[in-house]
Amino acid sequence: MGGREATMVLLDENGIRCDGRKVDETRKITIKAGVLKNADGSAYIEFGDNKILVGIFGPRDVHPKHMSDTDTGILRVRYHMEPFSVTERKNPAPSRREIEISKVIKEALEPAVMLEKFPRTAVDVFIEILQADGGTRCAALSAASVALADAGIPMRDLVAACASGKVADTIVLDVNNEEDQAGQADMPIGYMPNLKKITLLQLDGILTPEEYKKCVEVGVNGCKIVYELQKKALTDKYFGNGSD
Amino acid sequence: MENKRKYVIPGDLVTTGPFRPEQNVILEGNKIISTSIGISEIYDDSVRVIPLTGKYIPKIDDLVIGKVLSHTSLSWELDINSCYVGFLPAQDVFGRDFSAHADELSSKLKTGDLVAARIANFDRTRDPLITISDRDLGKIDSGTLVKISPSKVPRLIGKRGSMIQMIEQATNAAVTIGQNGWVVVSCESHEGLLKAKKAIQMVNEKAHVANLTDQVKKMLESKSES
Repeated sequence: MGGREATMVLLDENGIRCDGRKVDETRKITIKAGVLKNADGSAYIEFGDNKILVGIFGPRDVHPKHMSDTDTGILRVRYHMEPFSVTERKNPAPSRREIEISKVIKEALEPAVMLEKFPRTAVDVFIEILQADGGTRCAALSAASVALADAGIPMRDLVAACASGKVADTIVLDVNNEEDQAGQADMPIGYMPNLKKITLLQLDGILTPEEYKKCVEVGVNGCKIVYELQKKALTDKYFGNGSD
Repeated sequence: MENKRKYVIPGDLVTTGPFRPEQNVILEGNKIISTSIGISEIYDDSVRVIPLTGKYIPKIDDLVIGKVLSHTSLSWELDINSCYVGFLPAQDVFGRDFSAHADELSSKLKTGDLVAARIANFDRTRDPLITISDRDLGKIDSGTLVKISPSKVPRLIGKRGSMIQMIEQATNAAVTIGQNGWVVVSCESHEGLLKAKKAIQMVNEKAHVANLTDQVKKMLESKSES
């Protein structure tokens, strides 16, 4: 009758979660690189029920000019949710949350992108959330790094992202919308798999030091799963019919 | 064939050991890591990755095709299909006795004109300086502009110019290739022009195909019979 279910079994006695996954299982992920013709680079990701489209322009000259940096290029990220991406219409104007996620994704991509090669230019990343179902920032970050590689912007490594969290006193991988609402903690992680470096780490909830360590470990393993799919998306586009 | 060619994406390990990192690779500890999507090549002492995507980054001595965007009383600005605009000083065209009062820049090059030019100087601090004072450089009077991806230019030229020579011979067209991905085709006959344009577009779309030279050859021959 409208409201949220009073009792929801997040984790049953067999270790199966509310959407039928095991504790260390991600949702179904598909990534496609180079889906837009007019953008310099693009990617589309389906991360469970999340559907996200990313387009890249650049390097190109900076407008307004005063934003440009003579030493290095700049990265500009816009994370935007479509009005129809959530159940109740979302106002298309940038909200406080969207501005924050834009900043967080920008800072998670910066260590990977070699902007110093293009002084006085800007790289623009446009992220459109077509459908949201928890964990959009991780999915958006993963797609953005594929799109940047597709645009041919030099990168030290791809950034793969995946969330982990605590649900029903258990550390689980890839928290979905229900688990995020009713769970105890949510930790999005951005990770550069070849350099073995973390570029994004947020935590919403309370964890003990031991749980924290476990959570990071589980999340990083999730990132490695995402990385393989990112790799596949790029390999499929560029080396599709010519096998190595 | 060069030894040890490999398909790589950013972050992929190309090799380890005492190699000199060249284009599109970085050295992390003793690992050489690719920074682009491309094909890695290992030579005797150096490693590079030939990119398959990306914008044109000016390099000194590159031949480029530019389009005049605007001019001041002292210089022209050219669109060279890059993130930077090409800077062509008036002295380069009028000679050393150029005078801002006496000479009118638009008499030589107007907005929208196509120019074959060479990158004279470029560094991180300033926009690329270009020159047209050389043989075969200067304003392009005839021909049509074909735009391809700058990363496909080496494929269009082919090994020692094999691909472009084949296209030119089969169609009798004159093709000027700018490293920035802009190509000017001029031909006496209309069919030759269309065929040359089609061949260039074909290279642009199928650059990753292994036996592209044969495919292009087939296309060029098939049309000439009909």
